[in-house]
Amino acid sequence: MPDIHDEGPYEPRPKPGVSRLDYAGEQGMAVEQETLVERDVEKREEARSLWGDAWRDLRRRPIFLVSAVLILLLVVMAVLPWAFTDADPRRADLVHDYLRRPDWGDFFGAGWFGYDAQGRSIFARVVYGARASITVGVFVTAAVTVLGGLTGMVAGYFGGAVDAVISRIIDIFFGIPLLLGSLVLLNAFSTRTVWSVVIALGVLGWTQIARVMRGAVLTVKQSDYVVAGRALGAGTGRLMFRHILPNAIAPVIVVATIALGGYIATEATLSFLGIGLQDPTISWGIDISSAQKVIRTAPYVLFFPAAALSVTVLAFIMLGDAVRDALDPKLR
Amino acid sequence: MTVEGTTPNGATALGAAVPQEAAFAQEVPRGEPILEVRDLVKHFPLTEGVLFRRQVGAVKAVDGVSFQLEKGETLGIVGESGCGKSTLAKVLMNLEQATGGSVRYKGEEISRLSGSALKAVRRNIQMVFQDPYTSLNPRMTVGDIIGEPFEIHPEVAPKGDRRRAVQDLLDVVGLNPEYINRYPHQFSGGQRQRIGIARGLALKPEVIICDEPVSALDVSVQAQVINLLEQLQGEFDLSYMFIAHDLSIVRHISDRVGVMYLGKLVEIGSDLEIYDHATHPYTQALLSAVPVPDPAARESRDRIVLTGDVPSPANPPSGCRFRTRCWKARDRCAEEVPLLASPSWLRGAAFHASACHFAAERETGQGAAEREGTA
Amino acid sequence: MSTAAEAAGREREAPYEGPLLDVRDLHVEFVTRDGVARAVNGVDYSVRAGETLAVLGESGSGKSVTAQAIMGILDTPPARIPRGEIRFRGRDMLKMGKDERRRIRGRRIAMIFQDALSALNPVLSVGFQLGEMFRAHQGASRAEARAKAVELMDRVRIPAAKQRVNDYPHQFSGGMRQRIMIAMALALEPDLIIADEPTTALDVTVQAQVMDLLAELQAEYHMGLILITHDLGVVADVADKIAVMYAGRIVETAPVHDLYARPAHPYTRGLLDSIPRLDQKGQELYAIKGLPPNLLRIPPGCAFNPRCPRAQAVCRGEVPELYPVAEDDGRPLEGRGSACFFWKETLHDR
Ligand SMILES: Nc1ncnc2c1ncn2[C@@H]1O[C@H](COP(=O)(O)OP(=O)(O)OP(=O)(O)O)[C@@H](O)[C@H]1O
Ligand SMILES: Nc1ncnc2c1ncn2[C@@H]1O[C@H](COP(=O)(O)OP(=O)(O)OP(=O)(O)O)[C@@H](O)[C@H]1O
Ligand code: SF4
Ligand code: SF4
Ligand SMILES: [Mg+2]
Ligand SMILES: [Mg+2]
Repeated sequence: MPDIHDEGPYEPRPKPGVSRLDYAGEQGMAVEQETLVERDVEKREEARSLWGDAWRDLRRRPIFLVSAVLILLLVVMAVLPWAFTDADPRRADLVHDYLRRPDWGDFFGAGWFGYDAQGRSIFARVVYGARASITVGVFVTAAVTVLGGLTGMVAGYFGGAVDAVISRIIDIFFGIPLLLGSLVLLNAFSTRTVWSVVIALGVLGWTQIARVMRGAVLTVKQSDYVVAGRALGAGTGRLMFRHILPNAIAPVIVVATIALGGYIATEATLSFLGIGLQDPTISWGIDISSAQKVIRTAPYVLFFPAAALSVTVLAFIMLGDAVRDALDPKLR
Repeated sequence: MTVEGTTPNGATALGAAVPQEAAFAQEVPRGEPILEVRDLVKHFPLTEGVLFRRQVGAVKAVDGVSFQLEKGETLGIVGESGCGKSTLAKVLMNLEQATGGSVRYKGEEISRLSGSALKAVRRNIQMVFQDPYTSLNPRMTVGDIIGEPFEIHPEVAPKGDRRRAVQDLLDVVGLNPEYINRYPHQFSGGQRQRIGIARGLALKPEVIICDEPVSALDVSVQAQVINLLEQLQGEFDLSYMFIAHDLSIVRHISDRVGVMYLGKLVEIGSDLEIYDHATHPYTQALLSAVPVPDPAARESRDRIVLTGDVPSPANPPSGCRFRTRCWKARDRCAEEVPLLASPSWLRGAAFHASACHFAAERETGQGAAEREGTA
Repeated sequence: MSTAAEAAGREREAPYEGPLLDVRDLHVEFVTRDGVARAVNGVDYSVRAGETLAVLGESGSGKSVTAQAIMGILDTPPARIPRGEIRFRGRDMLKMGKDERRRIRGRRIAMIFQDALSALNPVLSVGFQLGEMFRAHQGASRAEARAKAVELMDRVRIPAAKQRVNDYPHQFSGGMRQRIMIAMALALEPDLIIADEPTTALDVTVQAQVMDLLAELQAEYHMGLILITHDLGVVADVADKIAVMYAGRIVETAPVHDLYARPAHPYTRGLLDSIPRLDQKGQELYAIKGLPPNLLRIPPGCAFNPRCPRAQAVCRGEVPELYPVAEDDGRPLEGRGSACFFWKETLHDR
């Protein structure tokens, strides 16, 4: 570009080789030098994208690191519980171990967290319970986010009749309380496994995400940059996934990670009510519910599975927060 | 500067109402029209009911607009907020489906295009948006934003060259090519508008529709952007349609100016004609209301303050749409729709059309005061 | 609303000769994640009754933050006022108690915001919102409040006020909403009105209506008016004197006629030169090069020095104070000041 400013006689000429816009460091100010000077194209940085930048940013966030380590630990625990403890979570020794208190010296041993009312190792049950709880939490959330996210996006993006139909369906589902609905649904299963709980909660839970997503898409869809994308000739897929999704996903992440804890808790409640997982399956929910009977005499029976649940929920919420912030370039 | 003809709209349908003294302007074929707009109509339906929607009326956002845009020329469009300027731009871009009329790009009717044909035309007509703060995706890097046109139209730049092309564009609009990995929020308003312009230029279009590209910027930044637009026009022989409500900017950049009121073009002509010899009362009021950055002129100014509000575009007044606020209105104005035509007594050479039954220059020498004011 | 006679009566009961509002060396900072943003760095200005002060400056120069500090509506934190005085009728408002300040706000000093749509509550009728002012501050009854609301709407020239008093904000056009905001600001007949870009969102014809109305009402009530804007045209139309802000400081003050004719600060000159003029058609417009400073790291010395065509070594080392501007023969120019070492040279530039 030619020199477009009539520069006064006092204008300090820029040094040749200085890039056009350079941050005059000491002066602490961005000076846009409009004069045509050689620019160093050699300084080629890698092209970056939102997701790449987000990942780069995430790795530097302590919150993310802490939550990621925790979640990794939990997942390993769910997959390979025997790697954490030798004790058998199903072995009940009512003679010796009935309600024995935690033995802090028994590090990673059967008696570490004490024994429950049936004489089973609480530590072993916390470790083995991770599988059911994490499976329910993660898979329900994943299913709900994909299903709800897609329907919400379709409803918000296309609007009109599509939106009307989807919204009515959402309204109908939304009227059903999660707990009551899953009670009824689970009754239909003859044998209830972790997967039947996942299906039941997934079927009932997607509407929450769908609503959030629809609302966010409706707002984002109005933005000038979406219109600008259309003006360039961008197709539906590009508009949805390049422009709308990254800008609409923040509230969805927040709601989904909070809901994840809710699903684990709902599974626990269902188990407590005797309609969720059944006894040979081990889950924190079942343990929390059975601990109620001895809560006065042995509060630690309740404490450890409940603490495991809380830590898990917290870890996912922290992860969600970190991811949401990382996806917002303004917060970097 | 080209001074071009425009066909008055609705000539056949309302032929009987043509006033005697109005002689339609000859269409003077000078230059090649790149965009031809005829009787363009865009109505937004007003609906009622939740389950079964029925139409109860329509917002007549654009209601019969005709003009043409030549290669390399700048057509300014001015008018009050809500008069349909943005809607007009969107219909031209085919971002909104026209209700009626035609938009021809090099003779090809674009409102009927779809799919790949539409995509091909979009390559050649681009838009710069009003608000530099909302028109850039906050979650895309500048490189992605400016590179997106190439991804959508891969034939324009081969994959390997895209990064290079993006950096060249940044260079053209006066931004540091190293800024390719930054996000929009790291730029000032004027720099963002440059990014928007770079995106508009990426496909090397022939027409750029600028919808109030400088309204959100302050004077010194505004000057930077205007300079850039003019310089690019010279370099790439672009045609601009420049929408704004700041009349002094429009005057600076435009070859011709069209004035809109309530969905209709009420006056169109060369910039000189419109600014110095306006004949439509609305244009005269608009010009007289422009604040002049010269305190000495404030006592001498002869301002027409319009009374009343703009009528609703859903229910425009009969006859002349301006009659509810026009100080010259007479009975005839309520009955007959004035057509955009040039009265025979108007200067012969210069094309200038005004949609008023009683079109006349203002007696008070307002044009002169204006000129003194800004000069 | 009281009659003009009553208004005059109040004027008499509290006569005040000095400046209505006198801002001295005001500093405002924001504590942000990245550091302390110094948004206002020593602003001085004053307004008398009946006078219009226009505050000019580019986006981000601290115009609104100064106004918010005067109104006492800054959120603290993140904002803090480390230094300065805001004297209203001679008394420093920064030293007043919360209650006393609240009594001044709205009643004695009122503010008109830029965005009229978001400043009005969309679910309450306009009449109710106007009447609320009287009910809250003067204990008026429902019927009285309504009557006063109609009167106010009449005053700001809203046609058919009686019929429209129960309408909701979205049923009014942008210009009418802005007029309703003005009515609200006028409701309690304040001594001083601060209008923060009252017409930026409006187009020229409506802008003309609103500015005329404001000027008329100001004359009628003999109010002080601080008009914040970056539209040099509007300023030329209504202002008596001008303060130009840059990077949180006043860089030039002048009576309106002088400023346009002979700016004494290179920044002001740049602004005036950026306005498209008739004889520039087809030429490039002048533009101030560079970017406004980052408030986290304001350049040392004169904040304008990286963009200033006149900058010398001294500009990078020392901060120019607001020097009084005088003619060559030493005759001081009334009301003029420039925060530039080279004001004399700048004055002669044209
Ligand atoms: N999608 C829509 N549905 C219904 N009415 C609409 C729609 N878009 C615009 N309108 C109406 O059409 C009219 C013209 O709007 P438009 O945005 O074109 O005005 P404009 O001239 O660009 O105004 P501004 O200067 O404020 O941008 C307005 O009355 C507006 O309310
Ligand atoms: N809460 C805040 N935290 C940090 N910085 C702030 C905050 N509020 C305002 N600022 C900064 O203070 C500076 C002055 O802002 P201000 O709103 O006064 O600008 P202005 O002169 O009114 O500009 P405009 O013409 O755009 O309204 C800006 O740079 C802004 O970024
Ligand atoms: S036609 Fe009549 S109402 Fe319309 S602008 Fe002309 S004089 Fe005014
Ligand atoms: S003090 Fe120096 S840098 Fe600042 S405005 Fe004056 S000449 Fe320019
Ligand atoms: Mg618009
Ligand atoms: Mg402001």
